[in-house]
Amino acid sequence: MPIWLYILASVIKSAVLLGVLLTAVAYTVWLERKVVGHMQNRWGPTRVGPFGLLQPAADGLKFLFKEDLTPPHVYKPLFLAAPLIAVIFALTSISVIPFGNSITIGGYSIPLQVTDVNIGLLLILGVTSMGVYGVALAGWSSNNKYSLLGGLRASAQMVSYEISLSLSLVGVLIMAGSFSLREIVNAQGGHFWGFIPRWNIFPQLIGFFCYLIAAYAETNRIPFDLPEAETELVAGYHTEYSSMKFAMFFMAEYANMITVACLATLMFFGGWRGPLFGPAILQAILPVFWFAAKVFVFLFIYIWVRGTLPRFRYDQLMSFGWKFLLPLALVNLIATAIAVAW
Amino acid sequence: MSIHLILFLAFGAVCVAGAVNLLAQTHPINSALSLIAVMAALAGEYLLLGAEFVAAVQVIVYAGAIMVLFVFTIMLLNAGVEERTKGSRVAALIGVPGMLAGSILVAWVLLRHSGTEAVAAGALPGDPKTIGQLLFHEFLLPFEITSILILIAIMGAVVLASKPPTSPAGEPAGEVD
Repeated sequence: MPIWLYILASVIKSAVLLGVLLTAVAYTVWLERKVVGHMQNRWGPTRVGPFGLLQPAADGLKFLFKEDLTPPHVYKPLFLAAPLIAVIFALTSISVIPFGNSITIGGYSIPLQVTDVNIGLLLILGVTSMGVYGVALAGWSSNNKYSLLGGLRASAQMVSYEISLSLSLVGVLIMAGSFSLREIVNAQGGHFWGFIPRWNIFPQLIGFFCYLIAAYAETNRIPFDLPEAETELVAGYHTEYSSMKFAMFFMAEYANMITVACLATLMFFGGWRGPLFGPAILQAILPVFWFAAKVFVFLFIYIWVRGTLPRFRYDQLMSFGWKFLLPLALVNLIATAIAVAW
Repeated sequence: MSIHLILFLAFGAVCVAGAVNLLAQTHPINSALSLIAVMAALAGEYLLLGAEFVAAVQVIVYAGAIMVLFVFTIMLLNAGVEERTKGSRVAALIGVPGMLAGSILVAWVLLRHSGTEAVAAGALPGDPKTIGQLLFHEFLLPFEITSILILIAIMGAVVLASKPPTSPAGEPAGEVD
């Protein structure tokens, strides 16, 4: 492939992916309001467009036109940088997510992924671990005790649960023998006993549950949303933010949710694998469809959990993470290593 | 000049600038953030040399975990701006020239007598598989001994932290509810 074509393909892929991701972020917010509304016997957004479908656009416009207030006594450089840090790291991690096999255009095979690196998973973990700075610095620079508490809670919580999150994925890595997300998905081809798909969820059930719980804590979602617990901390780390800066934290949180859902799909549910049928054009689209459908299921579970569970207390959160989740992930890791070495 | 070399020099410049900024800033949180920039730029250098795994671990462990704890501590203690002194004359007269001479000496020794060529960009065998082979085959014993060392350090930290709060270990007399 000539270099200019490669660059062109990369630019187009990045632009399309970013557009899809931001649209997905906007509509995940809509989905959450709608689903939680129905769970609480309300309607959710209905006024703007059919089923309230244009609500995200209206929200976006509102965010843009709100007054962008910078309170006095904040530490300005970090106050301005924090939302940027949060959103940049949240959007970066999507770059190594493969969302389908390669497609062939004009004789060139183009993989449906911005870049396939041999440390793909490590890159995602690294970028997520850097994302905590956005929240922590926002809390500190706001010069507000509620924000500071939120920032402190966020950094302690994310560092603690990151260990369980990484360890829960090591079992999958042992089985696949690679950090490349594409190869991990490829290792899940075929079937057990001819009919059950060879997805990692079946041998790695414990690992999956550790991952799911740790991922909820990493993305600061209910039942682990202590950094922004509105009943005790006003709004936590983003109390002092308004307008687009507030929207950036919102975008970062939902983009992180989507990344976590994509990662769960790739690591445990066979990525874009699923039954293929029909004419050639349908066969080309179906893998992307299966991938999107699995990600959607995870996003729905996120919202379902939010509509179901109350918030943990902070000491419960910490002792659960260190005394239950971490040992469980370690046991799963050792058991997988022994089973593979057998 | 290849794009690798340009990027290598750019990351190196960020690294040095971050390190100088780390010393020049008076507020601890700015210093901590400069250190994060240094770590991230170092990870970029490793990546350019072909050590992908080390680069990723550099970001995850140093920039993403250890520095978070630094920032956490600074936030928790709410450490204020440090006092500006005029600086010592000894440092200006002897320290700075001494440091320059020392770095030139080190650079000269490394370039003349190490007997190795400069590593070409992307030439280090740094993919995860090679690192794993090295760690768990050739250097298994040192690796495991290091892990015991770290375990001892963790136990030491637990023992120190579990002392009653009357310890003289420089606890700041802040408001504790």
